[in-house]
Amino acid sequence: MGCERWGDKLGAYADGELDRADANAVGLHLRECAVCAADVLDQVQMKRSVQMAGRRYSASTDLRNRVGELVASKPRRQTGRLWKILLIPALAVLILSVAVSLYVKRESARRHGVYSELADLHVAALASATPVDVLSTDRHTVKPWFQGKIPFSFNLPELQGSEFTLVGGRVTYLAQTPGAHLIYQVRKHEVSVFIFQDRGEETASLPSGPVHVLSFNVENWSQNGLRYFVVGDVGSEDIEGLSRLLRAAG
Amino acid sequence: MPAATFEDLAMPLFDQLYNFARWLTQDTTEAEDLVQETYTKALRGFSSFQAGTNFRAWMYRILRNSFLSSRTGLRTTIPINTEEDEMLLPANSTTPESVLIEQADRETVQHALADLPVPFREILLLCEVEEMSYQEIAETLTVPMGTVMSRLFRARRALRDLLRNKNEEGRHGL
Repeated sequence: MGCERWGDKLGAYADGELDRADANAVGLHLRECAVCAADVLDQVQMKRSVQMAGRRYSASTDLRNRVGELVASKPRRQTGRLWKILLIPALAVLILSVAVSLYVKRESARRHGVYSELADLHVAALASATPVDVLSTDRHTVKPWFQGKIPFSFNLPELQGSEFTLVGGRVTYLAQTPGAHLIYQVRKHEVSVFIFQDRGEETASLPSGPVHVLSFNVENWSQNGLRYFVVGDVGSEDIEGLSRLLRAAG
Repeated sequence: MPAATFEDLAMPLFDQLYNFARWLTQDTTEAEDLVQETYTKALRGFSSFQAGTNFRAWMYRILRNSFLSSRTGLRTTIPINTEEDEMLLPANSTTPESVLIEQADRETVQHALADLPVPFREILLLCEVEEMSYQEIAETLTVPMGTVMSRLFRARRALRDLLRNKNEEGRHGL
């Protein structure tokens, strides 16, 4: 019954339309309410399906050329020499700023897409009846399980003396690239660690460092040809702590 | 000067506008005509475009209005009544919808999108594919923000219903 007050906010939350305070409030609620968490997961999956299905049609080269000619054919206003002198640098700055802003926007959208997909994988695994395919707290059991299932190997840290516990692992995919998905626990919170080869278009040029996506903290870095992502709803100090252990082991 | 700026602003939108036009018209020739008409009108009206307002929403609005006044647009558009009164209820999660969506492959979702009424199809494309904010969608469709939210809600529900039907048809067909 308590969920009625969240009803109209879940869609806006999945669409990233809530302000920070509301997004945090919904995020807290989702940790406690499996029904609303499943609802948001459903909405996020639906968004991704429509996004992939919707990018379908490409224009012909002929049309592109026709429109290009049409757009370029507009006669330019005749102006005096002084104007030209002033105009050319101004136009150059304008074009450069448009190009830079378009590039930054595209890069930002691409990065956001990767992080959102990882957040989906994290939530989907935790919502699953079988979050891991190899269930063991022993890194010497979990690591060999991946042999032959993914095209690379990796090292896992010794956790004795830390607050983290290894829960297990599963094979996962990011942009059709296989990788390892490990789940750790810290004070009853689950944290996902994703490891992929650092050569896919999706991940290779990502800047390392912490980000905050859909109320999740994410840390990522590249090490020995592998790209690591640590994703969870715990504080950034826990994400950083686990990242430190992984870096030391890798 | 408008001529140079228009080209820089408008050409990067070309691929997205064509994809959107193709989804609206469901026909290659009509989509090509629509995109060309959009650029012609936008170029002509660019001097009246107010700097500082949303150029992308302006271009999409021209394309959409051109489509709505075309023969296909007039034929396919259906009115959506009383949507402002729609309650945004939480999805009833008694059925595992996520399983349903996970099972639907890309082609099935494309067929379901094509089967949606134009107002639902276009708002889903603007939100999910073009990744427009509610504010941008409101500017493009020239409707209030409340209508954007309720129409999105109804469009997603309609898509789920279609996917569920296609899923069941698929199962019976096996």
